This record gives sequence, C-alpha cells and structure tokens, in this order.
Amino acid sequence: MGSILSLSVITSALELGFIYSLVALALFLSYSLLNIADLSTDGCFTLGCAVGAQVAIMGHPILALFAAMLAGVCSGLIMALLQTKLGVESILAGIIVNTGLYTVNLAAMGFSSNLSLFKAETVFGMFKELIGAQWYKLFVAVAVVIIVSLVLVWFLGTSLGLSIRATGDNEDMVRASSINPKFTLTVGLCISGSLTALSGCLIGQYQKTCDINLGTGMVTIALASLIIGETLIGSGSVQKRIVGVVFGSCLYRFVIAIALRLHVPAECLKLISALIVAIAIASPYLKEQVAFRRRKRAELQSRKGGE
Amino acid sequence: MLRMTGISKTFNPGTVNEKKALSKVSLTIEDGEFATIIGSNGAGKSTLFNAIAGSFFPDEGMIELDNRDITYMPEYKRALEIGRLFQDPMRGTAPHMTIEENLALAYMRVAKGETSLFSRINAKQRAMFRERLALLDMGLEDRMKQPVGLLSGGQRQALTLLMATLVAPKILLLDEHTAALDPATADKVIELTNRIVAENNLACLMITHNMHSALEMGNRTLMMDAGRIVLDISGPEREGLTVDGLLKKFSADTGKEMDNDRILLSQ
Repeated sequence: MGSILSLSVITSALELGFIYSLVALALFLSYSLLNIADLSTDGCFTLGCAVGAQVAIMGHPILALFAAMLAGVCSGLIMALLQTKLGVESILAGIIVNTGLYTVNLAAMGFSSNLSLFKAETVFGMFKELIGAQWYKLFVAVAVVIIVSLVLVWFLGTSLGLSIRATGDNEDMVRASSINPKFTLTVGLCISGSLTALSGCLIGQYQKTCDINLGTGMVTIALASLIIGETLIGSGSVQKRIVGVVFGSCLYRFVIAIALRLHVPAECLKLISALIVAIAIASPYLKEQVAFRRRKRAELQSRKGGE
Repeated sequence: MLRMTGISKTFNPGTVNEKKALSKVSLTIEDGEFATIIGSNGAGKSTLFNAIAGSFFPDEGMIELDNRDITYMPEYKRALEIGRLFQDPMRGTAPHMTIEENLALAYMRVAKGETSLFSRINAKQRAMFRERLALLDMGLEDRMKQPVGLLSGGQRQALTLLMATLVAPKILLLDEHTAALDPATADKVIELTNRIVAENNLACLMITHNMHSALEMGNRTLMMDAGRIVLDISGPEREGLTVDGLLKKFSADTGKEMDNDRILLSQ
C-alpha cells in the first residue's frame, strides 16, 4: 500500500475530503433531514466558486467566504420560493434553478468561462507561514469544517433546528405543532445552499482557478459521501451523523485517489463516482438479501436432512 | 367554544366523482363539553374534523373559536389552539427524533413566551417532560433519549395525546385514535383520554366506531350521515339510551339501517 498511498496523496485526499464534505453536509440537511433531492447543488457550487473568486481577486479572501455563502443563500431561497409560493415540485425546482444558475455563474465570472486566482491571496495562503508548507491547506479545510459542524450541531438542537428536522420526518406533525412547514423548508434550503457555495468558494481558492463546469456531477459525489457515511457510521444522533458525513466524504476521496494511482484515466472518474454511489446505496439492501438467501439455504438443507 | 355555522364542502365539483362531503353543518361545542361522533363510512366525520382543523377551507359557512372567525386561518396557525389525534399512531410523532425532541416541538407550539427560535431544551423543561411522561405509566420517562420510532403504536398514541395536551388546547379532536391499537392498549389510551379531558376541562370531539364508547364516554353523542348531523343527544335522553336504542333512532331518523360492519361487530 505504501507505494500507492504516499503522504502527499493522503494529505491531498484529506484536504479535498474535508472541503467537499461541506457539500455533503448541505445534502445532509436537504436530502436526509428535509427529504428533498436538491438538484441545484451543481450550479450552487459553481456560484459559490465564482462569487468567491471575484471577491478574492479584489483582495478579500475571507470576505469571499461570506460573499459566497450569501450567494448560496439566495440560490436556496429561490429554490424554496419556487416550491412554496409557486407549487413547483422539488426535483423540477432544482433543475430550473440549476439551469438558470449557469447564466448567473457566467455573469458572475464576467462572461468568461474561467477565472484565475494565481495572483490573488487565498485563505489557505494566509496560513502558509504560520502552519508550514505541508499542512496549511489541511489545517484550513479542517478548521472550516469543524466550525461549520459545531454550528450545525448547535443549530439542529434549537427550536428552529428541531422543526426543520421534523419537517422531513413528519410534515403533518410539524403543522400540528403550529410551525409553518414552508418556513422551515425555506430556512433549511437557504442554509444548505450557503454550505454548498462555501465549499465551492474554498475549492476555487484551493485550486486557484474557477471554471464554469466545476460543479458538474457535484450532487452525485456529495450523495455518495453522504450515503457512504450513513452506511458505515450509521444513523444515530445528529453529532454522529455529521461525523459520518465528513468521514464518508474523506473515504470517497481516498477511493478516487487510489483509482488515480492505479492509473485509471481521469476521463473515467465520473463513471467511478457513479459506481461508488450505486454500490453505496445498494449495499444495505444487498446485505439483507444475502443474509436471507443464506438463511433460506440453511433452512432448506436442515429440512432435507430431517427426512 | 367552537361554533360552526352552515359549513358545506363538495369534493371534485363538476366531475363524475363529485361528492358532497358536508352539507350545511352547524354545530356548537361549549368548553368542557365532550361529544362523541358516530356514523357510517363516508358520513363526513373525518371531513368535519378536517374543516375544523383547517386541512381545507369550506365552500361556505363560518367557523369560530372563542368568538374569533378562523374560517380562513391556515392550518398551522389554528394548531396553536386545536389539538388533534389520528387513527394512525404514526401520524402524530416524528419517528427519527427522540421522545424529548418530539415533546420539545409540541411544547414550543404553545409556550411562546418561554421559547424562541434559537432556544434549546433546558433542564426545567426536561424535568417537566419527565414528570408528564411518568403520568402515562408506560416507563417512557426513562427512555427520553430514544427515537420515537422504537415505541409501540399504543405508546406512540399515548405520547401524541400527551403532546396535544401538554398545554391545554381550546378544543381536542380525536379521530378514532384507539382503533389501530390492541384492546388492552386501547383501554389504557381511553382512560388517559378521559383523565386528561376531565383534568383540563377541554372541549373535545371524538370519532369512534365503538357504540359503547360513544354512549359511555363524554356527555353528548352526535350521529352523522351523508354529510349532515342527523342525531344530537345529550342529558337525560342520552343516559337511558342503549346501543340498540341508538341504532333504532338512526334508522328512524335516516330511513335506513346502519350499514357499517365495524360498528355492528363492535357491539
């Protein structure tokens, strides 16, 4: 294994794993808790990257994070308004927002399909001297994810957080508790959008470039991370589930890193992502089926033996 | 006090599936009044509850709660003053959240001054939840950190009843809330219902298919047929009434026999 996983491969997998885990956390909110498949994730990710890149180019890398999050909130808000005010199905609302965002993203990038941040200061660069050249990127990624996770755990324990969780769990009950489910859905999608955009912004500053197609397939990757986490760590308390999501995201990056080291061509990576998602989603069902077949065979054999 | 005046509702109007679910229903329930409702399938019992709770808006008529017009108030706002239990024990609670979190959601509905959007469950509330759960006598007070999905149907229904009455609502709607439970658990939930309604002097409406419960529980019995209230008995007239007498009254008033197997079998 040593030859496949060198230290630099491990650190960069962890760096990406932590940064992308923010998208997985966004889907944890929208998909696991609110029960909505948010297909605007791809566009929202690029939006965060584009807005963040522009602000970073102006020389404000930290402000860029907040600007990106604000942009993500707007995207989530439009997604929510389509559903609550205009009665659009959640899947369609996501597709509509995603399509619209393509133009918005191009506009945010000054109608060019990519932006370079090579001359700009980034949040990662700000810690290079302090932490050292090997660990500074990982430090920033981990720090952001820890802060976001702590805030999320706190928030999901508040009255509003509990109502958001209940909205996906039993909407009838939320209404009976005198909470407007449209309101909780809106708040949930805004937070989810802000996390997706934050992740996009960090990736832009990490790779020092922003591309209009950056977000393509992001929803699949985040879903893979989410489901790997929930399958392996399981579903229990909110804290445990959040740790699971971050863990799943890192594990996913390791699988991709190993695939790359085994000289799988880069063009095949999306196919590998799709396979990982399919396997992750199917595995609990397959496990059950295998166990049943085994039981059935044992039972049938014991009957034969008894005759 | 709940007052309904001339409430009508037609589903799928103008199509072959047109159904007049409620026709000019007028009904007043005073505070402390506990009315049971019986009737065949499709008589409009649940539709009546949906109208009161605001699941849909009526085509005509007016609904008032404590002399305030709530006809067009959205469902979630009405829920502040209306508690409701369904036949399905799964509908009243969030299965993936803990008992404590479910109670907290129900509590913030009513304790507006005490909780804000960002307040968390505190020790005082936890102690109060514990005390109230202990009254159910089901051992739930020691399982507050467990997800509600692990509880049995009867336990979930008892918890829902507790949540609906954690702070007394103005009116409590019970829609066959014991029909899906085994007889022993059903008796227990019935006993709890009687106690909670009596303690809080609630106005209460209960749909039931059990004719005995319909006559024994509460202090007024309504019978519905084809979207109308066809029988409304209380006081001395009700006290002497037997199940047979009730069935005779039904056929005398509607000109047809009670056709609901579940009602007839439950005698």
